[in-house]
Amino acid sequence: MKILVPTKRVPSTDEGVRIRPDGSGIEDVALAFIINPFDAIALEEALHIRERRGSGVEVTAVGIGNAAFESELRIALAMGADRAVRVDFDGALDPWSVAQVLGAIVRREKPDLVLMGKQAVDDDSNQAGQMLAGLLDWPQATFASKIEFVEPARLSIARETDRGLETVIVGLPAVVTTDLRLNEPRYASLPALMKAKKRPIETISHRDLGVLPEPKVRILHLEQVAVDRVCVRVADAAELVHRLRYEAKVI
Amino acid sequence: MSILVVAEHDGAHARPGSSSALAVARDLAAHSGERVELLVIGRGLAFVAADAARFAPVIVADHPLLANPTADRYAHIIADVAKAREAGSIVANSTTFAKDILPRASAMLSAAMAGDVTGYSFANGKLLLRRPMYAGAAMATVALTGRPLVITVRASAFPAAEPLAEPGERIVWSVDASTLPNHSEYVGLESRPTLRPELTEARVVVSGGRPFRTGEEFEKYVGCLADALNGATGCTRALVDAGIAPNEWQVGQTGKVVAPQLYVALGISGAVQHLAGMKNSRVVVAVNTDPEAPMFSVATYGLVGDVRQIVPELIRELGK
Repeated sequence: MKILVPTKRVPSTDEGVRIRPDGSGIEDVALAFIINPFDAIALEEALHIRERRGSGVEVTAVGIGNAAFESELRIALAMGADRAVRVDFDGALDPWSVAQVLGAIVRREKPDLVLMGKQAVDDDSNQAGQMLAGLLDWPQATFASKIEFVEPARLSIARETDRGLETVIVGLPAVVTTDLRLNEPRYASLPALMKAKKRPIETISHRDLGVLPEPKVRILHLEQVAVDRVCVRVADAAELVHRLRYEAKVI
Repeated sequence: MSILVVAEHDGAHARPGSSSALAVARDLAAHSGERVELLVIGRGLAFVAADAARFAPVIVADHPLLANPTADRYAHIIADVAKAREAGSIVANSTTFAKDILPRASAMLSAAMAGDVTGYSFANGKLLLRRPMYAGAAMATVALTGRPLVITVRASAFPAAEPLAEPGERIVWSVDASTLPNHSEYVGLESRPTLRPELTEARVVVSGGRPFRTGEEFEKYVGCLADALNGATGCTRALVDAGIAPNEWQVGQTGKVVAPQLYVALGISGAVQHLAGMKNSRVVVAVNTDPEAPMFSVATYGLVGDVRQIVPELIRELGK
């Protein structure tokens, strides 16, 4: 069984992001990059499946980007991925072009399961997995918080929806996108990171895949959203209710 | 050409958020001269269709095989209808229903898509969309290439649509069962029945954080204050992880993004991930024992104190 885990390289935004004054993008000079946290959850789940099933499961991490992506793909190898593949591409991407490249990778690698994060924490689109499933005409299960095999080639998936927890069963091959509560990704150990430095990362040009990634969404401008309200400190519950009624008029 | 609004419904009524999607579609249509049509998909839709027709002509895809919202079948119907009606745009309310299904339909149509749209403008006749990125820390202005355009909108950012003077026409979409995909089997939905409004659609949201250590305690304070304000309940990730509140109540970057008229944060310190989910609320109230809690930096009104003491006082004051 082959599991493909597409990953995205995203800036670590724990400290918040700063937008360049001209609105052309984010200040990324001193920024650390990480594997998109939802993709790390997908990788962890793929490793789980391999551990539960024993032999015969191959986990391949895929990234689309320039050579800088190799450091994050090495982390994927150190976490336990069997292989890492980088599609060499240096231009802008959107969910549509990502889905097209991944579609070409799927035709080449022929995985039984594509496991990927429900969204990337940079553009927060939440589209690439669903688009990939649509292009391939494969089953999809999004926002997974539990994945179980009910048969060798059928998965039961608990999905987190606005209305509650939904359960669907999909046959393989399928695309499954992962939500936050599926698992806690493991850390790569230092020895594993050292070893991963020597392991090969397969590099394919997008031309060899026969796709030219052409985004349909163009980001024209970014601006910082600052919500710094001047907080009015109230003395007690009575003053708060009074202000909500007569000043803010929201109740 | 038409603008197709995919309406989400509960078997009886369209969800309130779909009305905001319709309001956006009407406005876009006023610029483009296209007609606006609603699409409802499901089984046993007579009532939903009649209700929806009060707002716009409605295309009704009613079939036993569409009883549950599975992405493969619903995306198939949406793509088919969009082609047949020559849809220039497809618009829906940004919920997990639309986030699951519309990107799939979009790929089937080779269409560009923008999600979570909170605003738009026209520059030289070209539509520019505004949508949040980086967990709401940045607002992007984006342009989409090609047609149709697929757009999901945040209901809280737009007004609701008014009904028409005369109900719209109901158009029966004949579903060809033999062409429907059969990719997934719907097992069921586990949800807590609640009489409170849905979190993303409520005018008032009352959220609780770490001080609440059990489900009963959460209900006694957060739930009761929400009921006194006719609001929805929300919570932080910590409470969901601790099993105190259900997943669908989580507000934040990885949970739900809300922007009600009033957001009351009870004992929530204000982690960046939580603020991303609520900071665009119109009025924010923070109640916390720690006067330095980050929540106060995004709050309109702040009250320093113990939620266990303050919530009963608030409920009493609201009753006056």
